[in-house]
Amino acid sequence: MKSPEVTVIDYGVGNLLSVKRGLEYCGAEVYITDRPGSILASSKVVLPGVGAFANAMAELERLQLIEVIQEVAQRGTPFLGICLGMQLLLDESEEFGLTQGLGLISGQVIPVPHISTTGQPQKIPHIGWNNLVVSGNRLNWQNTILETVKPGESTYFVHSFMANPLDMNHRIADCIYGGVSISAVIGRDNIVGCQFHPEKSGEVGLKILRQFLT
Amino acid sequence: MRKIRLIARLDIKGPNLIKGVHLEGLRVIGSPSEYAQRYYRQGADELIYMDCVASLYGRNNLSHIIESAAQDVFVPITVGGGIRSVDDATHLLRCGADKVAVNTAVVANPNLITDIARRFGSQCMVLSIEAKQIAHERWEVYTDNGRERTGLDVIAWVKKAVSLGAGEILLTSVDKEGTRKGFDISLVKAVTQEVSVPVIASGGMGKPEHLIEVVSEGAADAVAMADILHYQCTTIGEIRRVAELSGIEVRHYEIP
Repeated sequence: MKSPEVTVIDYGVGNLLSVKRGLEYCGAEVYITDRPGSILASSKVVLPGVGAFANAMAELERLQLIEVIQEVAQRGTPFLGICLGMQLLLDESEEFGLTQGLGLISGQVIPVPHISTTGQPQKIPHIGWNNLVVSGNRLNWQNTILETVKPGESTYFVHSFMANPLDMNHRIADCIYGGVSISAVIGRDNIVGCQFHPEKSGEVGLKILRQFLT
Repeated sequence: MRKIRLIARLDIKGPNLIKGVHLEGLRVIGSPSEYAQRYYRQGADELIYMDCVASLYGRNNLSHIIESAAQDVFVPITVGGGIRSVDDATHLLRCGADKVAVNTAVVANPNLITDIARRFGSQCMVLSIEAKQIAHERWEVYTDNGRERTGLDVIAWVKKAVSLGAGEILLTSVDKEGTRKGFDISLVKAVTQEVSVPVIASGGMGKPEHLIEVVSEGAADAVAMADILHYQCTTIGEIRRVAELSGIEVRHYEIP
């Protein structure tokens, strides 16, 4: 069988090597590129990212990739955003002033609350392993990227901001931090985003990457 | 509702995984990649690699070991030992590390903490401390693998380092390291009381119960384990089970 081909968008933010190796371990042939033509021609696209929202959007703009990403996602190509790459899918972010995002999933990126629902101070960033739970509007993860994951399995998070999609149907999985539900996986149609790092989430993360590749 | 992280610590000299007592008298254990893979399979939440002789040679030699680990270890990796500059950190992160742990170089130049944190985020900048007790409830910072005194008080240094941007503390008790007699709980407690960033307790874990003490009494956020794993006294799975039975929240993990 031919290995699935995946394009990882390189826009100068974060370590792409781990994402590449995670995907390769799952059997993919991985291309890292910032060239619009290659991205548009890909059969699957991953948007990684670590760092600040505004800086990432500025880099995408400088590389003239904003419309390219919007087009590839709108035309139905399987598209995975990881961590900051997930947050960029939304309309806008409150990180260091309001910044426009890619607008592929309606909603905002807002700070992870510093105070828990019981009034306790919360450590920010939210770093470490946390359990995935099925989001409010859903019964299970059938036909999602989490198809092979069991509720309660843990993945690795590092973030200070969180995605808040307007449409509850776009929320696939949450994790609970200080009593607050944080979007862990969001998506619609061919577009999906993980707040955690599947490439750093052990065997559970690899199951998620494999599901993306199928 | 923080989950306590179970971290395997791999001290490296040249091509070998080694282990000493009080960070000295280093003994060869085996191949780093073999042990890393074993701990990943057992469900380690993270791995820490320390180049024990790096400060001596003035550079970190772990690039190849980290590159090879990144091929088949899919949990966060921290690398320490001999990191002197933002460029050194950049290089190791490119090799596949997620965080860098710095001790000697930031004692000499505390601004390096800010430089690394600004470039890669605080979560990436781990302050490594080698602490030796000098009086009741007082500890001094050592560098160069527990060989050199600095005159710095551990608590004052931790506070300063966090204000400069350190996102996590790897706190090694030189007194307890390699003894398997349990962590220096008063040291861990003294540090966790002063800072809000996560603290990894390192040095002294000889049985799973030691984890319970350092978490419940010392408020450690994570534990680094070496001897107890290398000499196969127990497994990470067993330690996880003991933690769960004692009501300590850890990552839910089933060995596939």
